Amino acid sequence: MPRTLFQKIWDAHVVAERDDGEALLYVDRHLTHDLHYRRFDALREQGRTVRRPELLFATPDHSIPTTARTIADIPAGEMRDTVEGLARNAAEFGVTHFDMTDERHGIVHVVGPEQGLTLPGITLVCGDSHTSTHGALGCLAFGIGASEVEHVLATQTLWQTKPKTMRISVDGGLGFGVTAKDVILAIIRQIGAAGGTGHAVEYAGSAIRGLSMEGRMTLCNMTIEAGARSGLVAPDDSTIDYVAGRPFAPKDDKWDLAVAYWRGLPSDDEARFDTEITVDGDAIAPMVTWGNSPQDAVQVTDRIPDPSAESDPERRADMETTLGYMDLKPGTPMTDVAVDKVFIGSCTNSRIEDLRVAALVAKGRRAQVQTLVVPGSGLVKRQAEAEGLDRIFTNAGMEWREPGCSMCVAMNGDMLAPGERAASTSNRNFRGRQGLGSRTHLVSPAMAAAAAVSGRFADVRVLMRGAN
Amino acid sequence: MQPFTTLTAVAVPIDIANCDTDQIIPARFLRRAKDDPEYPRFLFHDLRFNTDGSEKDFSFNDSAFQGAGIVVADINWGCGSSRENAVTALLANGIRAVIAPSIADIHYSNCTKRGVVPVILDRDTCALMRRQLHDNPSARITVDLKAQTVLGPDGARHDFDIRAFDRYRLLHGLDDIALTLEHEAAITAFEANRRAASDWLS
Repeated sequence: MPRTLFQKIWDAHVVAERDDGEALLYVDRHLTHDLHYRRFDALREQGRTVRRPELLFATPDHSIPTTARTIADIPAGEMRDTVEGLARNAAEFGVTHFDMTDERHGIVHVVGPEQGLTLPGITLVCGDSHTSTHGALGCLAFGIGASEVEHVLATQTLWQTKPKTMRISVDGGLGFGVTAKDVILAIIRQIGAAGGTGHAVEYAGSAIRGLSMEGRMTLCNMTIEAGARSGLVAPDDSTIDYVAGRPFAPKDDKWDLAVAYWRGLPSDDEARFDTEITVDGDAIAPMVTWGNSPQDAVQVTDRIPDPSAESDPERRADMETTLGYMDLKPGTPMTDVAVDKVFIGSCTNSRIEDLRVAALVAKGRRAQVQTLVVPGSGLVKRQAEAEGLDRIFTNAGMEWREPGCSMCVAMNGDMLAPGERAASTSNRNFRGRQGLGSRTHLVSPAMAAAAAVSGRFADVRVLMRGAN
Repeated sequence: MQPFTTLTAVAVPIDIANCDTDQIIPARFLRRAKDDPEYPRFLFHDLRFNTDGSEKDFSFNDSAFQGAGIVVADINWGCGSSRENAVTALLANGIRAVIAPSIADIHYSNCTKRGVVPVILDRDTCALMRRQLHDNPSARITVDLKAQTVLGPDGARHDFDIRAFDRYRLLHGLDDIALTLEHEAAITAFEANRRAASDWLS
């Protein structure tokens, strides 16, 4: 029977099945970060241990100040306790730990692919919803809660109900200034913030095939914002080229075995999906969100939507509340909205390609508002500095910081003041996400840099006209 | 976790579509221990409190809903962050069931692991229940997990679906890890195959 990519990975990881269809899945890679250090304590209290410490990889990211280089630089208190707690438990349980002085440290979803921990065909979990990122390499990766983290630590498995499958096909060519971030925001706008609930999503189509691995990671990263726990892109030459030579990737004979296996992973031609969605890639323009859900997005050339044009009364009331919180008036051109701060970073958009495109826009221009540029890992930072991107940012008056989650989740001291408005390359525009009373607009790195140098939202295609 | 069989309780309406887990518990509280005496205040904190600590006009603050054991919510409840702290905050306030038209996948799973019963009913039914609760806050809702039924504030009966394994574990308050360790032999066999020389991941 023809199978999807998802089904092939699923089938290869079923350890046991219950009569009611629940499957016990084997977990090939478990990644963890500072916020889960207490799970080790819980394990110890129950007299349990980590079953396969060699399959677990840890790095602190949520609680790392982007001005700190060592633990001693973190102010005493819960941030430092959390980072120290992870280091202590990783040492005690024999877990590989990329600590903050290790160049390989960074945001867990940047580090995994970068180190070759994330591989096609595997199952990968992490106690973080953006674990969907890793599916860009053609693996089954999904976020789990704390109880499930503990379960994986103790058993290296998870009970799962098989999700339905959804294929989202994006055909066409993406225009200049249109990136993976705009594609995923357009998809979420089309299918809604719960559109993918209960599904594993496979992305397909010429526009997806044409994306770089970094772009595919951005796409899969925000799959959770459409409600689906996992997003996948079938492995192809781009994937295999990306993985080759990475520190934890298979070597020599194992590499050949792996590549042969990966070549067989793409969905069979006749495979059926429970849900099929098509998106016109040619029609996608740079996107900006206006509300408190990632589905609340418009093209940069659009105006703030008018609730009175909405027929569903509940949706209308919801929009009115949202516009009140966001302090936006219906009908205002998006490009008339001024920003107070700009954040370029997060597990969505902090990889080298993201920084390159932001630097391209920033080069020779001047930031009009405070702009934080936060690379996703120590290695991304080093690469960017080798290319001189850091100097482009600092010459533009932007701040070049140390790696971490930073202002995406605002748990490290980087945040907006109440009422402040940000153009942010992160993934969530929820109320208070970037600090109490914060107002977040999600954009691509190119659009964030355009907003930084303009002091308001700007169409990067217009700003860069003649430059391409 | 605590077993759940049936619960008849005050229910609080939360009239927010796509109520994400950042609303259920803001990120700045995620590093707190789950036995922190302040934990009950973290639930819906920024929807409930002004910066000076005074209360906002929000259903959860309404004394009529005091002691609620059930939340009646709107679409896509618990979307966003995987933080299980959202369930911890519900439990810290004695909430043992959530009724909603849809619940985000990770939060749904977190609820079942900790003893909060996720109940999916259609959107109109949930909207009606919330209106009835606003009109008559003292009305009780009954969630009967064994029978898989809800008795609404008006006494109307609604059946709901829940996966057999989730229901079984919730009814008995079972620890997942102990259940899984019964499959130790199968896990070990799977790992043995992985160690075979022919396996690229070994």
